Amino acid sequence: MSLWGILAINSVAFGGLLFLLSAGFSLIFGLMRIPNLTHGSMFMLGGYVGASLYMTWHLPFWLAALGSAAVVAAFGGVIERLLLRRLSGSILAQVLVTLGISFIVADFCLLTWTGDPISVTTPPALAGGVRAFGLFFTIYRIAIILVACAVAALLWVLLDKTRLGAMIRAGVDDPEMARVVGIRVSRLFTIVFCLGAALAGFGGIMGAPVLTVYPGLDTDMLPLALVIVILGGAGSLLGSLVGSFLIGFVYNFGQAMFPELAYFVLFLPMVLVLALRPQGLFGRHAS
Amino acid sequence: MTATRAALVVALAALAAVPWWVQGDYYISVASQILIYAIFALGVDVLIGYAGLVSLGHAGLFGLAGYAAAVALAGGSGHFGAVALALAVALLGTAVFAALSLRATGIGFIMITLALGQILWGLAYRWVSLTNGDNGVGVATRPMPFGLDLEVASHFYFATLAVFLLALSGAWVFVHSPFGASLKGTRDQPRRMTALGYNVWLIRYFACLFSGLLTAVAGILFVYYTKFISPPTLVLTSSAEAVLMVISGGSGTLLGPIVGAALVVIVKNVASAYIERWNMLLGAIFVAIVVFMPEGLVPGSVRLAQWALKAIRPPPAPAGGSPPGRAGAP
Repeated sequence: MSLWGILAINSVAFGGLLFLLSAGFSLIFGLMRIPNLTHGSMFMLGGYVGASLYMTWHLPFWLAALGSAAVVAAFGGVIERLLLRRLSGSILAQVLVTLGISFIVADFCLLTWTGDPISVTTPPALAGGVRAFGLFFTIYRIAIILVACAVAALLWVLLDKTRLGAMIRAGVDDPEMARVVGIRVSRLFTIVFCLGAALAGFGGIMGAPVLTVYPGLDTDMLPLALVIVILGGAGSLLGSLVGSFLIGFVYNFGQAMFPELAYFVLFLPMVLVLALRPQGLFGRHAS
Repeated sequence: MTATRAALVVALAALAAVPWWVQGDYYISVASQILIYAIFALGVDVLIGYAGLVSLGHAGLFGLAGYAAAVALAGGSGHFGAVALALAVALLGTAVFAALSLRATGIGFIMITLALGQILWGLAYRWVSLTNGDNGVGVATRPMPFGLDLEVASHFYFATLAVFLLALSGAWVFVHSPFGASLKGTRDQPRRMTALGYNVWLIRYFACLFSGLLTAVAGILFVYYTKFISPPTLVLTSSAEAVLMVISGGSGTLLGPIVGAALVVIVKNVASAYIERWNMLLGAIFVAIVVFMPEGLVPGSVRLAQWALKAIRPPPAPAGGSPPGRAGAP
């Protein structure tokens, strides 16, 4: 019983990390119609940069997390402005460029941080655990869940209650029409791309104490983001929230119950959704 | 037409003579490797060039066939049985792979194939009791068709060449058949094809199966070539390399992927002798090709060369084209 309880908490915490990763991916995909294949690399880059800021430069953890989010956001902005902007309209070219950049980033990280995994110590204030209901909860995992919920709430307010959010939603629904009524969709592209990159980078350092940072983290996380967006539907915040927790549970429970087939279990929800509702659970149009 | 035929005969003769004009087993092996990847690239090109569907998960199918053959051989099966089983498993895998991926086209197709490819990789990596995990599966012997010892580099090259020519003719027949024409129709005008009564989904599905077959053949050859298979064969980088072969040579032709495969294999072999950073180079090549020569390396270089020539020697001004304001200037 207690094993299942702990597994459930871990699943929710992992789902929170996945939400940080996939929310940006889904927004970028929904608005710009680009599957940003550098998203896994941004997660990994965020982890590495944050680990350096926190462990080597001894910044406070939250400052390091914000710093790495800012660095990754700037990196995303450069990619969007210098490369993706030039290729607008050609989807295949954009896919291949993001893929090419992800290889470069992966190799750059290998060169800079070596191939050894970096385990990031849990920030002292959040170390240890609490005992409740006969279960032992790691405080840091609860912190991840709270942070993910806070980010979800902030994103919801941003998208649903602000002028910028209304413009983004208009851009997702109908980019041409949004342009006609005077919304600068191309500026939205940059904002959303930087926001998505920042979230991924933030997720990378938030996840570092749990997942550690290692070469290959990018290609481990990217398919999860893809599966979540396929499940939840592109451009839907609610979809990526539900998809993240679903995949968090499936992945963790799959790993515990069928360790050899953990990756394969991810396949099942994807098969079901693709067969029954190809636009995703909360998607409005087919991807 | 006769010029094309003459070129074909010369190319065939050159390919058959490779073991004589290339000295050393290492280079003959590289030539075999090029042919194997050319078959793989042809398989990917059937989808990219003729169906307009970009798959980033084909390394998964390539590896699936390779693993099926290697595992069957390790389990004591004969070569014929192992190859037959590998083809069957890979076709079955492709049937599922395609049924899921074709729920979408365009970007959705790319995303689903990428996810499926990674799931196959995860399976190879984690299903230790079957695949031996990170340690991979070794293959003890190569088959001996008609008493030919394939352990000899040049013999293996000839066997690979025979399979390659078979695959190439198969691909030629496929894309030039009425079916190939309807496939190109679904690429350019899916709605019109539907209106004409074609089942666009089914046409694409068959194209996926054929692509999977070529990929499986390449995967089986690969496992006999390296006599070993491990999870890195299935990673996203391998799928991306196959796509790079197709788009660098020029998609939608049969020659393009072959040239692209030769290019990528040679660059990779040469580069890995001098630098460790193949992945960074691969990424840079990707970005450079897409940004500077989106139409493929061969036509792209021609265009860039023309542009450079123009930059050095400005073309003569067309008659009457000079602006009137400048005509009277000193």
